[in-house]
Amino acid sequence: MEQTIVKMDRISYTYTREEDDGETGVTTALNGVDLLVKAGDFITILGHNGSGKSTLAKHINALLFPTEGCVIVDGYDTSDEKNTLAVRQCAGMIFQNPDNQIIGTVVEEDVGFGPENMGVESGEIWKRVEESLKTVGMYEYRKASPNKLSGGQKQRISIAGVLAMHPKCIILDEPTAMLDPKGRKEVIQAVRDLNKSEGITIILITHYMEEAVYSDRIFVMDRGEIVMQGTPKEIFSQEEKLKKHHMTLPVVTQIALRLKEAGAGIPDGILSLKELEEYILSAKAGLFPETEDTVTGETAENVRNTEPRNAEAILEAKELSYEYEANTSMSVKALDGIDLKIPAGQFAGIAGHTGSGKTTLVQLLDKLLTPSSGTVYLNGEDIFDRKYDTKKLRRSVGIVFQYPEYQLFEETVLKDVSFGPGNLGLSEKEAEEAARKALGQVGMKEKDFSVSPFELSGGQKRRVAIAGVLAMNPEVLILDEPTAGLDPEGRDEIFSLLKTLQKNGMTVILVSHSMEDIAKYVDRMIVMDNGKIRFDGKPEEVFARVGELEKIGLAAPEVTYLLRDLRASGLPVNENIITAEAAVKEILNALQSGR
Amino acid sequence: MLKDITLGQYYQADSVLHRLDPRTKIVGTLIYMVSLFVFNNLICYMFAGIFLLTVIALSKIPVKFMMRGMRSVIFPMLFTMIYNIFLGKGTVIAELGIFAITYEGIHMAVCMFIRLLFLVMGSAVLTLTTTPSRLTDGLESLLKPLKLFRVPVHEIAMMMSIALRFIPILMEEADRIMKAQKARGADFEAKNPIKRVKSLIPVLVPLFVSAFRRAGDLALAMEARCYHGGDGRTRMKVMKYKAADIVSFVIFLMYLGAVISTGILFRDLLPFVIGILAQRFTAFSF
Repeated sequence: MEQTIVKMDRISYTYTREEDDGETGVTTALNGVDLLVKAGDFITILGHNGSGKSTLAKHINALLFPTEGCVIVDGYDTSDEKNTLAVRQCAGMIFQNPDNQIIGTVVEEDVGFGPENMGVESGEIWKRVEESLKTVGMYEYRKASPNKLSGGQKQRISIAGVLAMHPKCIILDEPTAMLDPKGRKEVIQAVRDLNKSEGITIILITHYMEEAVYSDRIFVMDRGEIVMQGTPKEIFSQEEKLKKHHMTLPVVTQIALRLKEAGAGIPDGILSLKELEEYILSAKAGLFPETEDTVTGETAENVRNTEPRNAEAILEAKELSYEYEANTSMSVKALDGIDLKIPAGQFAGIAGHTGSGKTTLVQLLDKLLTPSSGTVYLNGEDIFDRKYDTKKLRRSVGIVFQYPEYQLFEETVLKDVSFGPGNLGLSEKEAEEAARKALGQVGMKEKDFSVSPFELSGGQKRRVAIAGVLAMNPEVLILDEPTAGLDPEGRDEIFSLLKTLQKNGMTVILVSHSMEDIAKYVDRMIVMDNGKIRFDGKPEEVFARVGELEKIGLAAPEVTYLLRDLRASGLPVNENIITAEAAVKEILNALQSGR
Repeated sequence: MLKDITLGQYYQADSVLHRLDPRTKIVGTLIYMVSLFVFNNLICYMFAGIFLLTVIALSKIPVKFMMRGMRSVIFPMLFTMIYNIFLGKGTVIAELGIFAITYEGIHMAVCMFIRLLFLVMGSAVLTLTTTPSRLTDGLESLLKPLKLFRVPVHEIAMMMSIALRFIPILMEEADRIMKAQKARGADFEAKNPIKRVKSLIPVLVPLFVSAFRRAGDLALAMEARCYHGGDGRTRMKVMKYKAADIVSFVIFLMYLGAVISTGILFRDLLPFVIGILAQRFTAFSF
């Protein structure tokens, strides 16, 4: 008989909070949730930001207790205080922020923290620390300081810290939300291995659809309720329903679905590239049914506006270099002789793994650092010239940092957004006007203008912070990972905003490590590696060199891999296609012409 | 600038000092500090200096690295020195208005300078050879008797180690927020001091908000890992005095004894020297 490890019986969680007018409002975070998790399972909980999934997770770890109903973990009722430690030992928890859950100043000490609290004897702790670090592949870093590790490595340390407590179940609350693609892969791999080889039950909370594909069961949450549940195949066969709950399909599933809709004999709920390839190739062999309404014969064309490339450069870097700790033995060259011209009106994407120099580059473009050599021209003027008026630069170049909501500080949303224009010397009234306009651009409602920015939801805060830069009405807008940590809907909102801004003449520079986003939105792609520009061109051109990209720790979008494989298997498709829509067209064309 | 502070930084190396029990090093450092303040005598300082240099040599910390850390404290040290030169009382060498330079003043200034220098360097050796967590473990263990007086020793030690872990993170964050606000046109270099203080609000508010958010996150993470205070908690790294620690204690005590005896022996040295100097150059004034 299979054992149940987590059982939630109609649990609800409500809390009261005081409103400004002294009234108390009741918020229902969870509403009658039933959940059964069998020992050894890998389950995923999907849901948009604010759907209640983190609240649910905290209930399994006895960090929160249900207002109604009960939670049983490994036979222990979590609401009984006597059981708290047993529950926490049995069900370990990993949180989102890699920095905020590491207690030790040395890796091995951090991993030992849990067993120390449990009163495990010293010799045994050392044994467990060694085992767990080896399991997550971090043993050689045991003496390192956590501050020197990458995000993915830090999350693996946290996983080791939980493993050392010998749990039966691990709950991961958006463990990859703050990581780059490489770190994300590392963590998901580590989690899958634990489930397979150690038999540990995994409860993964995420809003990356691609991560959910590997699980045994998926639960979708919305408004504090579980609205869908089933195997990945079942869940990802219901696009409409998922959309209603603000979720999307994994890219592969999306392509499969579009192909099916166009008449190719492909079933619902395709999850892996391999599966999809097999179906497409068999479709080529004759499964493709007769359709009256064939797709138009035109090849997938690039409808992007690449014209501005020849226009006058608005921003230009010349032999730009930057060294950290210059003139010491520890000096590190972060940027090495960068030459770059950004024409007005372009949507440029800068890609590169963590530490490749992309953040340093954009900070130099806005004079937030001083270069070791070389310089930057804005509209032909040297911004590092001693006589140059920095205010002019600030007015023309706006920069949105990673997690920009962490710089909000004013009492009200409107005041915060007015901060920038106010600094530029506008009168209070003018600044407010600019702020109102910017807030409108990012889709904030008038009624939220007077609330404290700290009371907004995560996605709203992000938009307010972006408005804070837009209010200065810059000619060039630079954004460093503007969608990090947002759910699919939040991501789409930000990108459609950027597209609109560009259409209205703004030059946009996007720094991102999401190849999918870059492929979808930019006109031009700049790839950085080791402080140098490695590739610079249209995204199609750059992604055509998959092999070289992989060597520097990057990858092409999944569709590119799909088309390459198909071509290798004999389907006559153009392999330099980078977006899902174009790929669907191309595959259909190839299938039909081949028939 | 903040990066230059060596104090509180750990330098990884494999030396006798690194391997000593943290409690030995803490007590040793205290003994050394006491030795600097029991006497006001250049010969004692010479002794202390030789001792310090030997310890530094044993610790395998590059002298350059240590010196870099001293840069940030040199200014306050020079200030005390100058202050002492002008405010000493005794045999006057030169006079300038209300200021008078005296032999005693110079002597005092030199002593003060050496004292502070050795003090800072001595404690730097402690923090450079001991990881912050071992340091707090050592302190916790040494302060255990205070538990009888209801001092929350474990909690204090835990707070210290958390602070040590998060200081670099918060510093990085402060830097990032400052840059972000600069990009929004904030001016941190205003000449007007009131404006300048005011300009820090857009940095400090987000920084505090972030610190509290991190504190909340960390508390949850600690609880999730069964943290429930110091009771019933075991230690991964058990502290045990080894032979080297006992030898070190003996050396420290011998050193203290030596300093005290030289101090007593040369007690009359200072007035004697000043007497001679005063005879040679009778006071003259500008």
